[in-house]
Amino acid sequence: MVDLSQYTLTCALIPFIPLIGFLINGIGFRHIPKGLVGLTGSAASILSFGLSLYLFNAFLAGGNQSFTVYLFDWITVGDLRISFSFLIDQLSLLMLLIITGVGSLIHIYSIGYMKHDAGYGKFFAFLNLFLFSMLLLVMGSNYPIMFIGWEGVGLCSYLLIGFWNKNTNYNNAARKAFIMNRIGDLGFLLGIFLIFYTLGSVEFTEVMPKAATVFGVDDGTVIAITLLLFVGAMGKSAQIPLYTWLPDAMAGPTPVSALIHAATMVTAGIYMVIRSNVLYTLAPTTLGVVAVIGLATALLAATIGIFQNDIKKVLAYSTVSQLGYMFLGLGVAAYSSAMFHVITHAFFKALLFLGAGSVIHAMSDEQDIRRMGGLRRHLPVTFATFLVATIAIAGIPPFSGFFSKDEILMHVYEHSPVMWVLAVIGSMMTSFYMFRLLFLTFAGTFRGTHEQEHHLHESPASMTIPLLVLAILSAAGGVLGLPEVLGGGNWLAKFMSPLFDLSRQVRPESFTQTHLSHSQEYILMGVSVAAALLALGAAAVLYVSRKAVPAPEGTRLPALQNLIYNKYYVDEFYNNIIVKPLLALGDFLYGVFEFLVIDLIVNGVGKATNGLSGVFRRFQTGNIGFYIISMVVGIIVILLINLRGFIL
Amino acid sequence: MLTIFLIVFPLIAAGFALLAKGESVKRIAFLFALVEFAAALYAIFQFTPGPAPQFVANYPWIASLGISFHVSMDGISALLVLLTTLLVPFIILSTFGNSYKNPSAFYGLILVMQSALVGVFTARDAFLFYLFWEAALIPVYFLAGIWGGERRIQITFKFFVYTIFGSLFMLLGLAYLYNQAGTADLDAIYALNLPAATQSWLFWALFIAFAIKMPVFPFHTWQPDTYSESPTPATMLLSGIMLKMGIYGVIRWLLPVVPLGVAQWGTTAIILSVIGIVYGSVIAIRQRNVKRVLAYSSFAHVGLMSAGVFTLSPEGLQGAMVQMLAHGVNIVGLFFIMEIIYRRVPTRELNQLGGITQNTPNLTVYFMVLLLGSVALPLTSGFVGEFLLLAGVFRFNPWYAAIAGLTIILSAVYMLRLFQGVMFGQPNEQTALFSDLTLAEKATLIPLVVMVFWIGMYPAPFLKLTEPSVTELLRLVVR
Repeated sequence: MVDLSQYTLTCALIPFIPLIGFLINGIGFRHIPKGLVGLTGSAASILSFGLSLYLFNAFLAGGNQSFTVYLFDWITVGDLRISFSFLIDQLSLLMLLIITGVGSLIHIYSIGYMKHDAGYGKFFAFLNLFLFSMLLLVMGSNYPIMFIGWEGVGLCSYLLIGFWNKNTNYNNAARKAFIMNRIGDLGFLLGIFLIFYTLGSVEFTEVMPKAATVFGVDDGTVIAITLLLFVGAMGKSAQIPLYTWLPDAMAGPTPVSALIHAATMVTAGIYMVIRSNVLYTLAPTTLGVVAVIGLATALLAATIGIFQNDIKKVLAYSTVSQLGYMFLGLGVAAYSSAMFHVITHAFFKALLFLGAGSVIHAMSDEQDIRRMGGLRRHLPVTFATFLVATIAIAGIPPFSGFFSKDEILMHVYEHSPVMWVLAVIGSMMTSFYMFRLLFLTFAGTFRGTHEQEHHLHESPASMTIPLLVLAILSAAGGVLGLPEVLGGGNWLAKFMSPLFDLSRQVRPESFTQTHLSHSQEYILMGVSVAAALLALGAAAVLYVSRKAVPAPEGTRLPALQNLIYNKYYVDEFYNNIIVKPLLALGDFLYGVFEFLVIDLIVNGVGKATNGLSGVFRRFQTGNIGFYIISMVVGIIVILLINLRGFIL
Repeated sequence: MLTIFLIVFPLIAAGFALLAKGESVKRIAFLFALVEFAAALYAIFQFTPGPAPQFVANYPWIASLGISFHVSMDGISALLVLLTTLLVPFIILSTFGNSYKNPSAFYGLILVMQSALVGVFTARDAFLFYLFWEAALIPVYFLAGIWGGERRIQITFKFFVYTIFGSLFMLLGLAYLYNQAGTADLDAIYALNLPAATQSWLFWALFIAFAIKMPVFPFHTWQPDTYSESPTPATMLLSGIMLKMGIYGVIRWLLPVVPLGVAQWGTTAIILSVIGIVYGSVIAIRQRNVKRVLAYSSFAHVGLMSAGVFTLSPEGLQGAMVQMLAHGVNIVGLFFIMEIIYRRVPTRELNQLGGITQNTPNLTVYFMVLLLGSVALPLTSGFVGEFLLLAGVFRFNPWYAAIAGLTIILSAVYMLRLFQGVMFGQPNEQTALFSDLTLAEKATLIPLVVMVFWIGMYPAPFLKLTEPSVTELLRLVVR
């Protein structure tokens, strides 16, 4: 058995070190020298990473025994007992390593990237606060602690999207992100209540076994619980219909986009579903919904990605789309495959964003790919690493994205060949828009201003080293889950397997071993690789050979293209059906209802009282002072009269 | 005796304040308020955990009529006494940067009010309770009527009519109860077993008074005007402490007194409260005056507390308890922030502010923390209460909880809009010269911010203080 007490301090320190980093940089903002700020912030993250590695090792050495670390009782009322405690198991450890590992690289990168920003200290403080919240989210041993982290990362996201708060558009984007997330959070919260009132606990280790005995497959309550939790996931992980905040969130500094809006926070929804896998396995109906929404999001975002011209917006839609793939994986109960994609996506998408940051840095804050081109000569390291990431995300072997995406696709095929076809079309689009982005940015000749061209330079080492590390991970990350058919042992799936023991018990049929023959697997792989290569070729022909450049702003586009270019007018749609009616309702209630209806009734009652009280007319001088004084006098008289009885 | 001391001491302090000359009265009043707070803290530390009322003082008063001077504190009273005595020093401290004409009267009234509030929260005799209830209003009338804004006379009158209207019903109800029990003592009133039909009308007689005080929809139209026209210290007293009189009234003088009436009308009360949450929030989104945003937010928040109380669940009642404390701290802090801004840029219009954060790292942080407390971000004060209240409402009816839960979305909408409008964007001519917090302002805000985190991170001491009394109360109601 593992001696639990030995790890209490380690577990507590993992999130609290970044919290201390936040406090130091937050309180010392504008007083601590810049060098020290970056060092403190990064050191906090790296220390956490070190401790996570230590814990991971101890976990492996201890025979993969999961354990709970209890700190204190947070809220106790009646039967509801919420303890502040952490659950350490395969899932939380994997998340810990991603968050602190990728987090550390991004902290180091930020030292260079944010160097000239006046809010340098504030930036590092917020990054550390984010780490703290994200770590709470994945470590919490019950839903409410997870919810603390869940809302905490939402706050950090808000603070960092609106980091440059003089700009009203950025502030609006930040607010939109927070509010949309809160819509999801309400669902999550109601889900927690329903869990508590039906199962009598909120602790993961108590809820899941109880659920397995209480609920039958597709019980109405378990469908309700899982759908409510999924609403939370939609908000945090930017799925239809709550995805529109993520592209806007690109207003934040680029390292933030890499850390929060690509590698970690937005995968919280996937984490939540995997954490609750027993509940989801019990609710095939919900899984169907998850799969359909995931697939729809993947396709919708991919089409939008094809026509975007802002380097970060392309990546943002690609993130939404990739998250869709992860939910598609979850929807077909391929939980560990979805986690595999979370991991590889964290590597290559963080790399893509950091690469984009390097480009933006070199381009003097230009983000429009129509004004780039030919950058590979000026930014060789950025180009090479960006290329690796692009191949990885496009699903071309042997880089990591291929393996994780392929594992999901394989499970989707078993579930429904139609969905598989659609998913492959989506990955074709992925390959196309990513190579389009790569070619427009790095190939051909420079299309920006002379001034920009003169300024072009490769980024400093603090920025390129994280790029190189992430490039290695993006290239080699596939070994984590190398499938058997390619001679691997799929370590990740085996490692995570105990997490799904209970799910296997409640619905064994959703976990049956693959019935695909090896040759079928080869064919499926071949098709998806061919599709990706085909799209690559198309992008190469269009943007390298023919040197096509997307039309400048204001050009009349064909109707369909125009529709997609304007993101299907979803923002405008929401504005018209939700925002405007809400504001109009507010105006109506305040301007009309409040003053006419309610005050009329009140004044009517007042008048009626006035009429009835004619008897007392003598006292009605209309002078408030008189009323009050008479009241005071009355009270004093009563007091005085009875003072005798009181004292004696 | 301790309870009597807590009631009488502020009155004596008020006497000293009236004798004091000039601005020094501020410091005198502050010191007295601190002593009062220390006494309350002493009481809390001496408090034996359990449901029994403690520090009892029970003297025959108008013996022939069965009226006695009966005061005591159980956990529920203790928490509200703590809230009152904690906030009053801050409210006084928050005025150190202002000067009011006729200061001795101003601070004297605040102290008189404190005395009456402590009386309301500790009285165990119907007559005494009514006396303190009305006495608590008088200082506010004067504070709002003398030191208020331009429309003060008209608005104070509306406030006056409203509250007197409510109080008359309550008087009627209490008089009837007194008549039935033959004594004004609360325990005797609890022991009455009135027929359901009687309890039915008694419910409304008492509820209307409490509903106006909180206020619950649709008895609220006095509130935004009064909040925005009163001088800020009076607004703080109103929103920070006085609205809790309504919640407390329901808990102590309604639920156990007319349990059958509650069984009949509780759902109606919850529905009205839930309507108020959404109604107040939606209106808050459209306000241009910063104090009115806070006024409507307070209206929305109190709706959730009221709904939670009427669910008669431990979650709902304990949530209301901790939320009363949290809301008191948050709203006093936020009104103070608005006052700090008003001192530098004398406007309350949102569109004339903006860009303030550029010069004010300190103000930004304190404002943000108080705002997070108000929008119930986990680990800050508002979350614990809101979580428990919504859990209580969910237990009662999940659909109500889904609607009441809109508060977590809408509060983010109006509070972030307020924050963005005031702090972010480009500074204008006036806000560009904005100076950060003074030492006195920091001294007021830091303890409030500490409270925001304390309640949010470790609410156990507060929950434990009230839990036995709440359990006992529920035993009385659900019988």
